[in-house]
Amino acid sequence: MFGRLTLDAIPHDPITLGGFVGAMIALLVIAAAMTYFKKWGWLWREWLTSLDPKKIGVMYIAVAVIMLLRGLSDALMIRAQQAVFATSPNSPISPELFQQVFSAHGTIMIFFVAMGMIFGLVNLIVPLQIGARDVAFPLLNSISFWLFFAGMALINISLGIGEFSAAGWLAYPPLSELAYSPGTGVDYWIWSLQIAGVGSLLSGVNFLTTIFTMRRKGMTLKRIPVFVWSVIGSMMLVVAAFPILTATLGMLSLDRLFGMHFFTADAGGNPMMYVNLIWAWGHPEVYILVLPAFGIFSEIVPVFSRKKLFGYTSMVWALMAITVLSFTVWLHHFFTMGAGANVNSFFGIMTMIIAIPTGVKVFNWLFTMFRGRVRFDTPMLWFMGFVATFTIGGVTGVLLAVPGIDYVMHNSLFLVAHFHNMIIGGVLFGVFSGLTYWFPKFTGFRLHEGLGKIAFWLWIVGFMLAFVPLYILGFMGAVRRLDSYDPSLGWQGLFIVAGVGVLVICAGVFFQIVQVAYSIWKRKELVVGPDPWGGRTLEWATSTPIAPYNFATMEPVTDRDAYWAIKQAHAGHAHKIEAIRLPKNSGFGPYIAAGAFVFGFGLIWHIWWLAIVALIAIIVLIIASTLREETEYELSAEEVTRIEHKLRGVKA
Amino acid sequence: MNEQAAVFNRTTVGFWVYLMTDCVLFASLFATFAVLRTATASGPSGHEIFELPLALTETIILLTSSYSCGFVLVGMKRGNIKQMMTGFIATFLLGIAFLSIELSEFTKLIHEGHGPQQSAFLTSFFTLVGTHGAHITVGLIWLLVMVTVLMKRGLTDKLRRQITLFGLFWHFLDLVWIFIFTVVYLIGATL
Repeated sequence: MFGRLTLDAIPHDPITLGGFVGAMIALLVIAAAMTYFKKWGWLWREWLTSLDPKKIGVMYIAVAVIMLLRGLSDALMIRAQQAVFATSPNSPISPELFQQVFSAHGTIMIFFVAMGMIFGLVNLIVPLQIGARDVAFPLLNSISFWLFFAGMALINISLGIGEFSAAGWLAYPPLSELAYSPGTGVDYWIWSLQIAGVGSLLSGVNFLTTIFTMRRKGMTLKRIPVFVWSVIGSMMLVVAAFPILTATLGMLSLDRLFGMHFFTADAGGNPMMYVNLIWAWGHPEVYILVLPAFGIFSEIVPVFSRKKLFGYTSMVWALMAITVLSFTVWLHHFFTMGAGANVNSFFGIMTMIIAIPTGVKVFNWLFTMFRGRVRFDTPMLWFMGFVATFTIGGVTGVLLAVPGIDYVMHNSLFLVAHFHNMIIGGVLFGVFSGLTYWFPKFTGFRLHEGLGKIAFWLWIVGFMLAFVPLYILGFMGAVRRLDSYDPSLGWQGLFIVAGVGVLVICAGVFFQIVQVAYSIWKRKELVVGPDPWGGRTLEWATSTPIAPYNFATMEPVTDRDAYWAIKQAHAGHAHKIEAIRLPKNSGFGPYIAAGAFVFGFGLIWHIWWLAIVALIAIIVLIIASTLREETEYELSAEEVTRIEHKLRGVKA
Repeated sequence: MNEQAAVFNRTTVGFWVYLMTDCVLFASLFATFAVLRTATASGPSGHEIFELPLALTETIILLTSSYSCGFVLVGMKRGNIKQMMTGFIATFLLGIAFLSIELSEFTKLIHEGHGPQQSAFLTSFFTLVGTHGAHITVGLIWLLVMVTVLMKRGLTDKLRRQITLFGLFWHFLDLVWIFIFTVVYLIGATL
């Protein structure tokens, strides 16, 4: 009846159980407060069923922030183990748990923090920057978000029911095959990624179509803001790479569910095929995350240097070059497979070539600052931190691209330090910069500057403390995923420094939370207008807070810096306000994702009837969603005028 | 461009992008098959189990169904509901015939002990061909929904869009099958 789900599924070690019970209590408190203040209806109508990309974007970011805290606590446990307990036999973190912790850390940070942040910002900014009122497929957008949410829920449920994968964040076979990982951990990993991955894939289709077909009149290819260009690159990679992930995860689950032999060690299965496939997705995935971060900086640097972007055309060419090249380097993740000298040199050289367009971008940003009147507000500080850390990461990356060196360094902490340089210094700093920059656009007040600066300095100092020792340890021969080592190796001192670094990063995160809370508390003092930074692109042309339809009228774009041109010309509304049609709310996103969650849960625990029922429910829901009629509502011209007057503070 | 045309335009573009993602999905499965097709372990190889006449019959059936699907689209352009219904029914029956042959091939192999668990070659064969079959099944369900809508609500703008997309989908599956016929059956039978 319940497959392999029995009472034994509840974990026995105090850390996991404590984490799960703590999270459950927090959820119950929130639920009780919601009930007490009668906010459920409001939540359902205003947020959960909303098809407004601005609200979906906020929900993505909220989930990503919570997952950042989860991933950070995993990081703390890894560092605690390696700094303090690795040399003692009585660690509170058992080897089995340690494996689950580092697998969960990587999976959560990439799929549910970095991806969540990026898709959140894409939802918030892209429709505004291209001067559109919505995305191409509003309901599909909501479904994408909820599939992401269902994947997130599944990975967190594994804390309290069963276990998580102990096979690393990419679950290489044959270790991840049934023969060596018979528990539910790898299945949790597969299905949470599969469900969230389908959501990302659909988002990619949606935003590519949005940018191709819904740009404001006059916004030719050479007038598209660079952030939108970076999203084009990123979404092209989503569309081309995520199907490979879907296929690969599907094959691994066929192996595990039905005893097939794609990647098993017997009956002709080929584990290296998995490694090739997963990196054919995995390397583009890195660029899916980092290209939008490049785009964010390309928006911020000109605004804070009060100059237009240096080398727009080369910037766009560089983005597109990286997009294409990112598909030609995947083998550098496993030079040691032994594909031979010719194959390894090809992929080594291609990897080094990617550094060229990336270097072009860094120099373009620096030349944008050159002779500009640079303001060092927090977004710009994050950019400066990015240049430093990302360049270090880039240089160590080129080093690792040399196959001969890679044979020595691969799987060491040197590699771990390298990719944290790229993902934290590149993606996360970009996201923080963007969030600080766009925050006032959506709330009407800016984040407290002083607290933001403290958070930044704690982050950058903590980052260096946490990862520079890992480079050194890597040179000394420390491999990744190590839960114990001999004290005589003399590594402990450096591991302790790295552990202190993570604590400093935690302080940085603490100050970020304080910054947001304090800014909300003092929002009356931090109030700003709709264009607080002297913006150049169309999102700053809207009112603050932004009307549900974004733009009341749709004047054609006449310049690359569309809003800058409007400001120079002192042009007001040239067009007459007309009636606007907007999509109605829909519950199909939450419903379909709930079906996907139950489907995944059924397969993980081999509760076949449950999986079949859920699958049928999903099919019926999808059919029902295509049969909807009257999916839009209309705001009349008078209503739009009234909203505009209210938002822009004009007395009627 | 008026609003209807804009919606039509972006739905078609979006669907093309989706089809490209599906194309990559199939490409991954084809690549896997290409790597694993000689990994027969102790099981049979392609030429021992493939029945080319059967695969050819499937090919002819599917190509014919592409024709009948085109018939629906021509009927839609002319506003001829009767022609559309004829096309739909023919497509549906041909699709069912195709699936039946495929399923009978699968059951026969499994009965003979050559199921997907036997070797990596059979694993990749069943998965590639089965994924195509699953797409055909989805297409047939979609077709039934559209026929119901056509009878209940008539030829609305939304249904016109869906039928156009269905045409793309069906022809795309046809194309994938041509590759399966070539790569899996024709080349596979020589091994």
